[in-house]
Amino acid sequence: MSPPSQYLIVSAMLFSVGFAGAALRRNAILVLIGIELMLNAANLNFIAFWRCGAHPEALTGVMFTIFSLAIAAAEAAVGLALIIAVYRHRRTIQLDELESLKG
Amino acid sequence: MPNNIPFYLAAAVTLGGAIAAMSLRNLVHCALCAAGAFAGLGAIYLQLGAEFVAAAQVLVYVGAIAMLIVFAILLTRGGKVKLTARQTAPNRFVGFLIVLLVCASLAGSILRSPSLQARTLALPEVTAPAQRIGENLMTAYVLPLETVGLLLTAAMLGAVVLAIREEPEARLRSEPTAQRRQALEEANIS
Repeated sequence: MSPPSQYLIVSAMLFSVGFAGAALRRNAILVLIGIELMLNAANLNFIAFWRCGAHPEALTGVMFTIFSLAIAAAEAAVGLALIIAVYRHRRTIQLDELESLKG
Repeated sequence: MPNNIPFYLAAAVTLGGAIAAMSLRNLVHCALCAAGAFAGLGAIYLQLGAEFVAAAQVLVYVGAIAMLIVFAILLTRGGKVKLTARQTAPNRFVGFLIVLLVCASLAGSILRSPSLQARTLALPEVTAPAQRIGENLMTAYVLPLETVGLLLTAAMLGAVVLAIREEPEARLRSEPTAQRRQALEEANIS
């Protein structure tokens, strides 16, 4: 196995675990953790391709990962605030009980 | 490959933490395992020579986001989750199937890619020193940096607005009803 592909395979496994969690768990906080895991898998891909790419001195992957980290922090803050607001109104964060818009 | 043992250790911590975070019952345990997965990913970044990103990963994910998740769990009293019947066996089977399908399709294309097989890791002296990252942030990436600052400010304000208690609005809503009740009482008296 070539050096970059082992990192890419770890990233693929992390992404699939996060995707399964985000798709199947019914707690909103766990769905958010799954989304964070998928974002982290993408970051690992950026770093691996930066290290194995043609021009690692350009630091493109590193810069992209730093901005991605900042955006993930903002997303987590807003997502958790939304979860708290929903909990205050409905007294639950189980996603299958939040069905008042369901047709 | 004996020199790859640190990588396998970090990958095992990352994937084990992720799987535990997505499958455990207790939400506090899930948050702890997710923090472990983020820390393992930071170790992988260190092995890849991205020291600044590893430090930022530990600061942002293990420090801030895991704390936020724990606070959200405590504020929503989610530590004790009552189990519904649908949360058990078929769910776990479908989850395993999804993991297998997504992982097989991604890993199959990674392993069969000819351009990836030709690549090797860059020379070990190629790293990302913090000084060059700072120079890049202040020159080529200054517009994205300012945009991210604006985004973080907006996200912070939005989180405060979303999570704040709605007491002034509730008082406004209760005042007309009090007036209406008074008017009704006056109408009853007359």
